[in-house]
Amino acid sequence: MALLQIAEPGESTPPHQHRLAVGIDLGTTNSLVATVRSGLAVVLSDDLGRPLLPSVVRYLADGHAEVGYEAQARQADDPRNTIVSVKRFMGRGLRDIANHEGLPYVFDDRPGMLRLHTMAGTKSPVEVSADILRVLRQRAEAALAGPLVAAVITVPAYFDDAQRQATKDAARLAGLPLIRLLNEPTAAAVAYGLDNAAEGIYAVYDLGGGTFDISILRLTRGVFEVLATGGDSALGGDDFDHRIFCWILETAGLRPLSVEDARMLLTRAREAKEYLSFHGMAPINARLNSGEVVDLTLSTETFAEITRTLLAKTMQPVKKALRDAGLSIGDVKGVVMVGGATRMPQVQRAVGDFFRQEPLNNLDPDKVVAIGAAMQANLLAGNGRAGDDWLLLDVIPLSLGIETMGGLVEKIIPRNSTIPTARAQEFTTFRDGQTALAVHVVQGERELVSDCRSLARFELHGIPPLVAGAARIRVSFQVDADGLLAVSAREQTSGAAASIVVKPSYGLSDDEIALMLKDSLLHVRADAALRALKESQVDAQRLLEAVRTALASDGELLSDDERARVEAGMLRLKGAAGSDNRRQIMLAMDDLEADTKEFAARRMDKSIRQAFAGRNISDIEAAALPARSEEVQ
Amino acid sequence: MDFAGDHFSLFDLPAAFRIDSALLDRRYIELQSQVHPDRFASSGESARRLSEQWATRVNEAYQTLRKPLPRARYLLHLAQHDIGSENNTAMPTDFLVEQMEWREAVAEARAAGDHHELEHLHHRLQRELAARQEEIAALLDDQHDLEQAADRVRRLMFQEKLLSEIDDAIAAGEE
Repeated sequence: MALLQIAEPGESTPPHQHRLAVGIDLGTTNSLVATVRSGLAVVLSDDLGRPLLPSVVRYLADGHAEVGYEAQARQADDPRNTIVSVKRFMGRGLRDIANHEGLPYVFDDRPGMLRLHTMAGTKSPVEVSADILRVLRQRAEAALAGPLVAAVITVPAYFDDAQRQATKDAARLAGLPLIRLLNEPTAAAVAYGLDNAAEGIYAVYDLGGGTFDISILRLTRGVFEVLATGGDSALGGDDFDHRIFCWILETAGLRPLSVEDARMLLTRAREAKEYLSFHGMAPINARLNSGEVVDLTLSTETFAEITRTLLAKTMQPVKKALRDAGLSIGDVKGVVMVGGATRMPQVQRAVGDFFRQEPLNNLDPDKVVAIGAAMQANLLAGNGRAGDDWLLLDVIPLSLGIETMGGLVEKIIPRNSTIPTARAQEFTTFRDGQTALAVHVVQGERELVSDCRSLARFELHGIPPLVAGAARIRVSFQVDADGLLAVSAREQTSGAAASIVVKPSYGLSDDEIALMLKDSLLHVRADAALRALKESQVDAQRLLEAVRTALASDGELLSDDERARVEAGMLRLKGAAGSDNRRQIMLAMDDLEADTKEFAARRMDKSIRQAFAGRNISDIEAAALPARSEEVQ
Repeated sequence: MDFAGDHFSLFDLPAAFRIDSALLDRRYIELQSQVHPDRFASSGESARRLSEQWATRVNEAYQTLRKPLPRARYLLHLAQHDIGSENNTAMPTDFLVEQMEWREAVAEARAAGDHHELEHLHHRLQRELAARQEEIAALLDDQHDLEQAADRVRRLMFQEKLLSEIDDAIAAGEE
């Protein structure tokens, strides 16, 4: 719908219009879904009252998938078909995965993103993630008694474009109405900041199952401004398990293991890690299929010793993020701990020592991200109550650029740029008469293309044949509020400018996703057409409601004729929404959307003008204070 | 009010090098509060696209005005006095000699792993940058001498690049 929804002071959404919105933390080890109920964010549990859903999917021969605890219980018996920590594979090729030789899966290395061979066929990490998301969607729809209208899914702040796009694709596959990808540390900051009315500079140290993020934020009166972010998208609690696993092999002097034994020992390693968060010693006992017996005791000290280098690895991005933010340790008012892995005592100690203060642990590190995501989803869905409002200003974690001569990277958008953002750069031809140009889009901080992640390649044709250096090719990057990139290129000198827009897709084309969608619908045996109809009816209601709100608050921006036209369109859509003809609903929505486009633009102008008008008062207040001019005295 | 106008008018600030940063910060937040895509997440296509364009524009304007170097370049650009490519200019010899000396000092400290010396160079250079900015403020805002201002801005570009190299060396030493 082409309408702006700006809450007027004192105006709030009537209760009957509460839109069902959820926040989802799609974690490496566990996933959660949360929602805001009567103003309070709550995590939704399963039938047995368990809030976490282990991010484990087991594929069966009949094509079905078991998800969660059920699958987790079978991982040692059926390691090949039981996918754990799939988040590590999102948007990744096989060569990106450290220690993949040690994993029990049958990989299929494809350009862009790897695939996994299972008993139920070849699966993309996107499909595996979608199977997890589908369970959470069903849990939420059962708990909230209705189809969801809005979902926010969190991603590690350090996720690059490929990983974000893969997450978005998974949401689409799972039938979730995704309205925003939100960075995990930012979600945690929202939950923490709103809960504690925090102000000042905060660091969020987020060590999850498979990813590490550090974000430095400035919190001021309802504004959460990310100043810098950093991390390692392949470092997390899993790696601590792996260190214990290696320690077991070494200490017990075990021979090479079968995949089943390896999976079991990894599970024992994880259990020992969790036990050590509350005890000084952890017993590790196992009888292997090979007949060997493991009987060891791991002490907290030894555990700290064998994981010291992992901790050191988290501190480098912390230093870099502080430097990028132009801050020092003394500026940081509080350090919020997020992620189950921060329960390890040595992590608490290392972070406390570094920041010279006790880390903040007053929110459950497993739930805080989902809680923050639910709050944000509630706000974005328009359920926010008057006065209960905030603004997130987030950044991109890694620089974006293109390849130039000699395999070098020309950065176009630097890391830590506030999103949404756009930047254009001009390039030229290097050969006389050159009529085509290959554009290679990369992400990363290194100077050589080969050290950065390749996001997309495309060719620009139709450049007029000119002498070398005469053509002017303008390459434009646009990063949206989800942190996703779109690139276009255009030749400037020729009247007939060639132009192309790419949305990098990393191995999953729209056709492939469409096919997966069809397959997945066959599997759940849901009535796809009925579901699609329901969804468009919900969309139609949402659009109608927005137009109604807009007319009520800004109707004077329309002439009588214009208003009549809009109202006629509303009537048509209302009629269509009552029918079971999806095509007609979509057409009526398109029409109303077109009829309200100009209205949306006028409303935007009005709200910006209001931002200016509001200044008069604040300027008078500011005038009483000495004018500050930081940079020039 | 002309919203297609320059970055200064977007924030309703006078087009000058000396800027009230606190006011700029506040107006940036005020504008983003109105136009940010999070305000239109459940709106339709055209409202979302409009919001993305506006929020992008506001971010770009803020990034340009927030820091002295891009702000100075932008003012010169508004006055149709673009300083041109970063290396097509003949800098005075004394300035170039001075820059070479700086670079040697940095290279030596880096090779010796002398963290303390690098920090010292960083602070010394920062003082020079502050002085340079005052010089630019006077040239742009008081004397309106664009020719001289452009020359100082080019020098500032050299110096900022040097500063980032020192910072990189300090960072490399910490890892």
